[in-house]
Amino acid sequence: MPATTTNRSSTVRYIASRLGQSLIVLWAAYTVSFIVLYALPSDPVALLAGGDATDVTPEQLAELTAQYGLDQPLVVQYFLRLGGVLRGDFGTSIATGRPVSEVIGEAVSPTLQLAGLAFLIAVLAGAGLAVLATYVRGRSLSTFLLGLPPLGVAIPSFWFGLMLIQWFSFQLPLFPAMGDRSVASLVLPSIALALPTGAMIAQLLSKSLATALGEAYIDTARAKGADRRRVHLRHALRNAALPAITMTGLIVGQLLSGTVVTETVFSRPGIGRVTATAVQQQDIPVVQGIVLFAATAFVLANLAVDLVYPLLDPRIQLTAAPRRRRQASVPSHAEDPVTAEPAPDIDAVLEAAR
Amino acid sequence: MSETTALLPGTAQHADDGFGATAGDRFQDAVADRASRSAARPTWTSRFRWFARRPAAALALLWLLVVLVAALWPSVIAPGDPLAGVPAENLQGPSAAHWFGTDQIGRDLFTRVVHGTSLTISAASIAVVVGLVVGSVLGLVSGFAGGRTDAVIMRAADVLLAIPGLLLSLAIITALGFGTVNVAIAVGIASVASVSRIMRSEVIKVRTSAYIEAARASGNGWLRVLLRHVLPNSTGPVIVLGVLELGGAILAVSALSFLGYGAPAPAPEWGALVSGGRDYLRGAWWLTTLPGLTIALTVLAANRLARGLDSEGTGRR
Amino acid sequence: MNALQPLLEIDSLSVAYRTPRGSIDAVREVSLSIGRGETVAVVGESGSGKSTTVHAIIRLLPDAARITRGSIRFEGADLARASGPALRAVRGRRIGFVPQDPTVSLNPVQRIGVQVAEVLRVHGLADRRSSARLAVEALERAGLPDAAVRAQQYPHELSGGMRQRVLIAIAIIADPQLIIADEPTSALDVTVQRQILDHLDELKRERGASLLLITHDLGVAGDRADRIVVMSQGEIVEQGTPEQVLFTPQHPYTRQLIAAAPSLNARGAVVHREPSPEARRSSLVLQGRPGDPFAEREAETASLALLSSTSPAGEPVLRVDRLVKEFPLPGGARGVQRAVDDVSFSIERGRTLALVGESGSGKTTTARLALRLADPTSGAVLIDGVDVTRLRGSALRQLRRRIQLVQQNPYAALNPRLSIEAIITDPLRAYRLGTPTQRRRRAAELVDVVALPSSVLHRRSSELSGGQRQRVAIARALAISPELLVLDEPVSALDVSIQHQILELLSGIQQEFGLGYLFISHDLAVVRQIAHTVGVMQRGRLVESGTADEIFQNPRAEYTRTLLDAIPGRLATTL
Repeated sequence: MPATTTNRSSTVRYIASRLGQSLIVLWAAYTVSFIVLYALPSDPVALLAGGDATDVTPEQLAELTAQYGLDQPLVVQYFLRLGGVLRGDFGTSIATGRPVSEVIGEAVSPTLQLAGLAFLIAVLAGAGLAVLATYVRGRSLSTFLLGLPPLGVAIPSFWFGLMLIQWFSFQLPLFPAMGDRSVASLVLPSIALALPTGAMIAQLLSKSLATALGEAYIDTARAKGADRRRVHLRHALRNAALPAITMTGLIVGQLLSGTVVTETVFSRPGIGRVTATAVQQQDIPVVQGIVLFAATAFVLANLAVDLVYPLLDPRIQLTAAPRRRRQASVPSHAEDPVTAEPAPDIDAVLEAAR
Repeated sequence: MSETTALLPGTAQHADDGFGATAGDRFQDAVADRASRSAARPTWTSRFRWFARRPAAALALLWLLVVLVAALWPSVIAPGDPLAGVPAENLQGPSAAHWFGTDQIGRDLFTRVVHGTSLTISAASIAVVVGLVVGSVLGLVSGFAGGRTDAVIMRAADVLLAIPGLLLSLAIITALGFGTVNVAIAVGIASVASVSRIMRSEVIKVRTSAYIEAARASGNGWLRVLLRHVLPNSTGPVIVLGVLELGGAILAVSALSFLGYGAPAPAPEWGALVSGGRDYLRGAWWLTTLPGLTIALTVLAANRLARGLDSEGTGRR
Repeated sequence: MNALQPLLEIDSLSVAYRTPRGSIDAVREVSLSIGRGETVAVVGESGSGKSTTVHAIIRLLPDAARITRGSIRFEGADLARASGPALRAVRGRRIGFVPQDPTVSLNPVQRIGVQVAEVLRVHGLADRRSSARLAVEALERAGLPDAAVRAQQYPHELSGGMRQRVLIAIAIIADPQLIIADEPTSALDVTVQRQILDHLDELKRERGASLLLITHDLGVAGDRADRIVVMSQGEIVEQGTPEQVLFTPQHPYTRQLIAAAPSLNARGAVVHREPSPEARRSSLVLQGRPGDPFAEREAETASLALLSSTSPAGEPVLRVDRLVKEFPLPGGARGVQRAVDDVSFSIERGRTLALVGESGSGKTTTARLALRLADPTSGAVLIDGVDVTRLRGSALRQLRRRIQLVQQNPYAALNPRLSIEAIITDPLRAYRLGTPTQRRRRAAELVDVVALPSSVLHRRSSELSGGQRQRVAIARALAISPELLVLDEPVSALDVSIQHQILELLSGIQQEFGLGYLFISHDLAVVRQIAHTVGVMQRGRLVESGTADEIFQNPRAEYTRTLLDAIPGRLATTL
């Protein structure tokens, strides 16, 4: 049927364009990290050689520099490394001599467990709090509940992690304070990691819900005789959740960078620990690898959102042509068909997240 | 309902195309007319009453002022020496003599926290200034110029946003080396992208307003429109953003110094203090708890103040 | 239940709002009743309390509002004191509610059919399958074409009129005894308005239900209601049958409202009223040359010369010739749409041309083309005989001294950060005209012309009401002594009595100073008061144009006739 083929080909075009844009973002992330790490002044080789370079002969220094390709002009380095990245070769760690891909590769799994659990906690707790805070009737109760997210945002996660250790590891020996040997060891770190993100989700969603509850269609629903729960969940939440979903990429990025602190506090292996060590040792290739990894995670998360969001928000069209639904023979009458990009209004999300 | 909800703060008005008034505007007019015939200009007493009605924001401001004093004149609040310790008095809990207790070499923790304020706050302030200045200019240019310039700048901001803030700061630290100033610059640069996006959306909101069209129709050239009409209406949000960013910058700066990338020991940066107390977590809880609490309270105060300023601004609009 | 007992009886209802400035009485001791099968219209302007009263019936008030006294008896129960579950049983089932603005009153992410069927599901009147079927039936009864297809669509795919029909379907599907319609047509085009109101009448008659209609338009009330209730400042000032209220009004407010209502006065011969005394001012405004208010006064007869149409070349002050404006189709599809299609007209000095049309007719775009705020795709714009179509840069800026703009929304047209004086003198500053003293004096003069007290100069726009703000916008437009004003729906956002005042002010200024007006409006009735010539636009084309008399008495085009017929207030002509 002509209608469906148009639909399918436009979806394919859309996916293809989003993929293309993602690749450009990744390339740009590579360029930015290259500029920051290689173009700015630093002397990693000297650090490797003992920080002082006085007991290393100039020839040995030159040899080390050449070995890591740091003697070439910047532009050449840029393309050489880019070529390497495209082949899967992210360079060699200056501190350990191992390939960066290996260093990062082995750290991914424990971090994924930690970040995955933290993601779940953050979303469930944050969203749950927002829904509850906007639903309860009592003014003092709702004020109290709405006051919790700003608290969560203000608490430094490293401090929170240490407090958790103190209360639930030392005072009440419930959970291990460090390491990754047991499932129980996952609990405290993921709560610590989830706090700032969960608080941010709660803030955004409660603001979103408050706005939605002031919209006119809520009155229409109430005028139909719907009870509070129905109005809150089926009407308000359904609309308020949409901007929150566009935040997924930011959440993923925030969780990933949060592991740097959390894995340090809880002495767990993972991407965060690798990053902390690499920064300490000024191990540039590893840091660049981490940056690319994070950018990839962000891009993948955004791609997922871009694919899912149009299914949730019928106002978003993927193409210029008006939507055709099944046997619709009547042309769409919309005065202003919305043809926004399906990661809409990241600005409003950023504003509300603040 | 459409008329009445508009009177209440924080409720959404009906959608319009930006050029059409809503019933809410008219209702607000009519009721406001009845309630008070002439609105007085804000006087000192009415400003005071503004604060009195918002105790939380007032408290936040008060705390921030205390922090400011501690940053500028630490000896006024804590006259001791943050670096000198009396080994015999080490690891003592909070008491009348030592409000925050002492650390492992007998240094008074309260004094150290107070003297660390200037390190942390100045780093955070530099970060905010860097982020705000660069980000606002980019956002202003982008939002005002539109077209290709806008597209290019926003693409760049998108890319920067793909790299999480803390990681970007870490990359910059890796390149620049450690120390308070480098931390400040790193945090500042990492916030440029989001500041520019927020500024741009504010500018676009103003630029598409009816009174901007009126200013053009009145014969103003684009420069004059920018200076006289767009900028004054966009600066309010910048101030709010600045205060918010301060809170975020304090968190980022202390996280970086916790990880050890800030000023070297024995500098009493707040993050470093928390980190220093880690080894004594089991016994001397005050070494980690109290500096961290200070960080949390300060960030909370900054955020609260920003929210108070923000609602004041939108209320007036 | 006794058939003679009223269906709804409101007794001494009072509603108060808690605001930061204290408690405000929105509704004061209102008593009214509605009988079975009756249509009652509640008429009033903003802040009159009509909306609050009606929302109080089903207790859909915001949290800050409280019913402080009175009772609302409906089917034996007092709704003012009813519990939550009791109220919910009534809402949607026994009392249907049609909200005001169809663009925002539907849940944007739910299908139409689901939203209509929800009423039945909430009250347990049908299961999923049958409620879907009944929803389609209700949509058909509400007059929505292709109901089965529309039920599967989302609100953004429907036009405003269609969405309003959906809202009506929601209100009637459970067969309520009372239908409340809150300004059901104010957000719609004039032609659609009439259809909607007709449909409501029909539905009500079919079911034997009563209709409580809120409106700000006395004409609508006169046409449709069995009884009219007039409210002002929270109180009922007059009640009665339409004949009683419209022909023998007792209360001065009612009389004022009748005099101001454009629809009631839109029949019969066009009469250009004499401007009220306060609109007469000395010819200070047209000092100097047009566009340069501080230039030397050329002759005592300067203003007189401008009033007569013998300008140097006998040229009209504005002429547009075969204007076309094309926009690319949205979403990147190939092709263009013509917002303005081959439009030509001219405006003489001291005369008003009104461009009338519904939304999407291209009238606003035409106005902006005339102002050169946009570039035409083809065609010419001539000011005083000079072709200004391709002007750019500083030449364009100089053009602005002769044409100025008054916009539609007074709440957004003034810079919130500037004082009124700064706003009014902004055009003077833009062209660096006059010394600060001269500018200040001019601001004072202008404020006088628009009948505002001089104390307003130091205020901010947020402190002024809508009508006052629009006067400021007019003063700003006059600051530089233009020859032509483009007024884009300047009174649409204002209440009826304020509309009237502003229109009087505008015609007074025109008579006094010989300005030409390009007056854009969607409301033929409003235009009657001020237009010399009228152009009717539809979908970008100028369907008909002629003198106001011709258009109103002998319209030639069918579209014009449709627009005229749609003006409510037929009753007023049956004298």
